[in-house]
Order: sequence, then structure tokens, then C-alpha cells
Amino acid sequence: MTGAYVPHAAGYVDNGGPKVVSSRFVHEDSYTLERSLATGGYEGLRAALARPPADVHAEVRDATLLGRGGAGFPAGVKWGFCPEGVWPRYLVVNGDESEPGTYKDRLLMERDPHQLIEGCLITCYALGLSQCFLYVRGEMALGQERIAAALNEAYAAGYVGRNVLGTDFSVDVTLHWGAGAYIVGEETALIESLEGNRGMPRLKPPYFPAAIGLYGQPTIVNNVETLANVPWILANGAEAYKRMGSETSPGTRLFAVSGHVKRPGVYEVEQGVTTFRDLFYGDGFCQGIRDGHELKMFIPGGGSAPWFFAEHLDLPLEAKEVGAAGSMLGSGAIVVMDETTDAVKACHRMVRFFARESCGKCSPCREGTSWEEKILARILDGHGRPSDIDLLLDVGDNISPGPYPVASHPDEGLDAVPFPPRQTTICPLGPSSVAPITSTIRRFRHEFEAKITRGDGIPVSAAPSGGEAGS
Amino acid sequence: MSWFDAARERTARDILARYPKPRSAVIPLLHLAQEQEGWVTPAAMAEIAELTGTTPAEVLGTGSFYEMFKFHPVGTHLVNVCTNVSCQLLGGEELLHHVESTLGVKAGGTTDDGVFTVEDVECVAACTEAPCFTVNYRYFHRADAGTFDEVVADIRAGRSPIERGAAGDAGDLPVHGTLGRVRQQVPDDRRAGVVPPEQVEGAPSWMATMSPAASPSVSPDGADAGEGAS
Repeated sequence: MTGAYVPHAAGYVDNGGPKVVSSRFVHEDSYTLERSLATGGYEGLRAALARPPADVHAEVRDATLLGRGGAGFPAGVKWGFCPEGVWPRYLVVNGDESEPGTYKDRLLMERDPHQLIEGCLITCYALGLSQCFLYVRGEMALGQERIAAALNEAYAAGYVGRNVLGTDFSVDVTLHWGAGAYIVGEETALIESLEGNRGMPRLKPPYFPAAIGLYGQPTIVNNVETLANVPWILANGAEAYKRMGSETSPGTRLFAVSGHVKRPGVYEVEQGVTTFRDLFYGDGFCQGIRDGHELKMFIPGGGSAPWFFAEHLDLPLEAKEVGAAGSMLGSGAIVVMDETTDAVKACHRMVRFFARESCGKCSPCREGTSWEEKILARILDGHGRPSDIDLLLDVGDNISPGPYPVASHPDEGLDAVPFPPRQTTICPLGPSSVAPITSTIRRFRHEFEAKITRGDGIPVSAAPSGGEAGS
Repeated sequence: MSWFDAARERTARDILARYPKPRSAVIPLLHLAQEQEGWVTPAAMAEIAELTGTTPAEVLGTGSFYEMFKFHPVGTHLVNVCTNVSCQLLGGEELLHHVESTLGVKAGGTTDDGVFTVEDVECVAACTEAPCFTVNYRYFHRADAGTFDEVVADIRAGRSPIERGAAGDAGDLPVHGTLGRVRQQVPDDRRAGVVPPEQVEGAPSWMATMSPAASPSVSPDGADAGEGAS
């Protein structure tokens, strides 16, 4: 079976594998209550309401459902961080998908909003939450329309609101539109935004908004895909869920593979079983690098992840193993680049993203990311200086302390750069901007040097005498 | 007399009723204001401040953080071209250059006739469908210069681009400011009830009744009026 694109779910490839969250995508009307109910919709909710809330929480904890937003923290454990006896508690759904390369939550919201709503209801029930806020990225107009229509249907049919399915359980699910800011995907910034403020992350500790979150109350923040898994777990049980995927990362994940592959697409894949090589070259997946070209590098988990190369192809799509290799699966965003890709240009584009999206709260990120961007831009423009490579690493060191192979650590290679990155900032946005720089300099230093010096070895631009470059 | 027109004033009240604290409605109301005028006017911000118990400065402070809010008039059709890495690899920057030269404005600019505003934007979550652009936040997937030219011709002729078979889920194109055209509507008798956090006393009442064998981690009694109240 080689699978095929599903025309009405742009980019989704039905690859014949086990399906947890994308099972309804093949139906053109998958977003309606009628289709949802005809294909097992709200069965997980019924199963949950027949059990005490604490049991439902235990079922999700037993399933080892890892968060799908980027950090990969087990949802069932996060749910347990609400302090006892503090009420009300809230659920905030993170649907602000904007990590470069990431395209899965938009599909889940557009194609199966009822599955997400069901996941929200089960979570609210398990934890005694008073209200759920479904924060959808501002730019996703169709997603907002589909969720609004689904909520209106679900309210009318008694699945949401007062006395859910005739029981005592009552909860409101409120659709909220964002307005365009990547940083709002950080959970404390999401809460600030939901309180009507600029979306700037809050100082830690507390590390989890489960302690102090929305309106200062205990708040659970979960990603859309994470919650979309919950109905299946309740309908089929944690044991069945754990039979898919690997021991440390059970279940499936949606991976969006973009860039220079023959069949880019969104694939639901069993975790830990499939490797990057299977995904890029497999007949049922991307079917190889585009004709006549070969792999140069790839981003394994969104714009914040250090980049990988051909020697990493046989790693399984599993968080622990990818983490041990020095990167992360992050948000399931894989960007494949072939040998025609200009490493400096791709690096600059990624860094420009972080420079634009920095919220400005912490100086190292606000100043550092824009410095990195300016230095990379001048290298691309032919005004690079010989000291610029060291300068990039030095600026990186101030946002995310090294060791870096600069003057203070001349013997350290770039392999010594710690991952996960250390932070001089409140949130990981600034430190994430360093990953593309160290990744590309490590492997393609000659491309930087070629842009800085002409073929005859004469620097395009000399450093000002006696001073640091870039001052 | 509200700044919002009659229908939108009702929508504004609906939105406010959904949040435990009115300030949470600032961003949704900014969207509503932008839907009415195409951009966020000073008078709209004053009205939103009034409705949410904030000041116009606070409304501007919040709103100016977010890319989608425009504080000056823009075109009726906002063309956002993605140039982030997945799109860049497959021609996003070339597409942007084509858009700029076709319309005669650089990214950030608006055409003299007030129809098109062009923006060079970050990832819009259509990475497998690169290169991609949106018009008023409706997607055009796997686009090239030809796709864009057809869309422009359609808009100038008053036709809806999707009828010409453009890829993606564009649907009928509304003018700039209109985002989701379906809104959440909760009948009063279906509402579970939104209560300011400081008025909440203890766990939700259903916790006790739905939990015959209540575990120790669950608060003992929903009617308990002590815990959690400020």
C-alpha cells in the first residue's frame, strides 16, 4: 500500500497505518456532528462519564500520552500538578500552531473539530475544570469557522454546556481567536494573551501554569494534537494505546514532511517504529528526495530544533532517541533540504523568524536575535567579515551559554554545544535561534567562508582595525 | 450610543458574556472592530476600553503586539506570502517578488486603488503545501505566479477565486477584517455558566455526584463554601 493524498484534507496522506487522530480525515464531511457520531464520535466521552473523574485521569496517565506541542511532557503527569483544593481550574487549548514547518493542528481543527472538543470535555471532567478556552491561531479562519460550527452543533445536541449527555457534568467550551504572534504558543504567553494582554511569557517559577495560570488559578495548557488523542484512549483503553508505538513513546504522531521530497505531506506514524529514512524514502511515505537530487540536511522537529544530516537517517521517530542524538522531534515538523539548498540562506531565514517573533521582554533575545539576523544578512549581501562566524557564535553564547568554539574556548568543537539549550531568557525562543546557526556552521562552515571571502581569499570586507567586528 | 453597529453590539455583548473577566475579550473585540471598519480606529479602541473596563492605551498596548491588527487603513484584500523555510525551499521568495512586481508595491505597501496590501509573513501552517499564500486568511496552496495572477484577475473582476479551482480551502473571499464567518452561539439554557474566579467556591458541584468512589485527590464536597474563595 503506497497511500494517497486525500483531496479535501490538503496535504494529508492516508498511508494505511494505524490511526488515532486522523481516522475521519478520509470523509469529506468529517467536521460535522453527523459524521463524527457515525464513526464513534463522543464514545470516549460516554466511557469517561461512566467512571469517576479520578479514574479517567489515571487512564490517560497510564497511556503515557506525551505532549505533542514541542516539549513532549506527559499530559497525564502535567494534569497532576494542580494544587489540591484550589478552585476554579481552567483548561486552555493551545491551537496557536506557528512553529516553522508545523502543519498538523490546523488539519485537526479544520477536519475533525468534534474529536478535539471531545478531548477537551474529557479533560475537564477528569480534573474538575470549570471552563475550557480553545485558543485558535488568528490566521486560521477556516479552523475558527469549523470549530464554531462544531461547538454550536455540540451545544444544541447536549454534548457541551449544561448537563452534558444528561448527567450532572456541566462545562462551557469557549472559542477564542488569537491575532498573530508566534510567542503566544509558549504556554504562559498564551495565558497572558487570553487575559487580554501582550503575549509575553511569564517569569518562572512556577514552571507549570497548573500551579498559577489563567487569572492566577490552576490551569492546564495542552496542545491540540495531545487532546485529540484523549477520546481514543478513553474509548479503547490505555493498554490498547500502548500497543502502538514504542514503550517510551506510545501511540502515533502526525508528522508534516515538507521541502525537497517527492511527496510532501502529513503522515500519521507509529512512534519509534518508523525511521527518518523510512519516512523520507518509503513508498507509503515521501517516496524519496526529488528526482536527481540528494539529501543535504533536514530539520527534525520544527524551527527550534538543531538540524540533522544523512548520518541521522536511521534514527527512529521517537523523542528519547532523537533527543539523545542532540535534537528534538518537537512539534512533528520535518523540513527536508537537498544539495541545492544554500545553508547560509536557509539559516538566515530561520534566524529572521526568531528575530521577528521575539516578544522583546528579555534583552539577550530581543537584541541577540536581531544581531544574528543582521550579521547573517550582511554575509548574504556580500559584506561579511572574517570575524563574523565567531561573532555569530559569540552572540549565540550570550543568549544560550555554550561552550562555543570561540576565543574563550578555542578547543571546543560545536559538538560540545549543549542540548537542550541553556537559557539566559525566560522562554526558549531566543535560545532556539542559535540552533540553525550552530547546525549550519558545524557542517557547512565552508559555505559561510566562501561568502565572506572571494575566490582569491581576499576578505569581502575587512574588520575595522583594532576593534570587534560588528560594533 | 455604541460605536459598534447594532448587530455587532449584540455580538460584543455575547463575547463579553463568555469570559470570567471582561479584559479577556479585548482581542476578540479588536477583531470585531476590524471586521466593521477593515482596521482598528481610535474610536473603536475607546469603545473596547469602555466595554472591557480598560483604557484606550491598554487596548492599543495589547493590540499593537499582534500582527493581524492594523491601526491604519489597509487594502480590502490582504495578500500574505509565506517565505519561511518550507516555502523558501520551493519558491516562496520568488513568489513574493512576483506579487510585489505585479501589484507594484513592496511588502507592507498598499496599492493606490486600496484593493491589495502585500505582506511577507512567517509560517502559516501549510508547509507540505508550499509555496503558499493567503488572501484575507484564506489559503492558496502549492501556488505559483500563475495561481496568483488568476486570483488577482478574479478579485479585480469581482469573481470568487475558488470558483476557478484554486487549490486550498479559500471559499468565498470576504473583505479584509472578516475572519471566521461562523461564530460561536450558546443558547442561554445550554450555558453551563461563566463565573468570575473570585466568586467560585470550591470544586464544581458535579465532582461529588459524578464520583461515587471519590479519590482523596478530589476535593470532598462541591458545596463546600470555604476553599478557593478569595
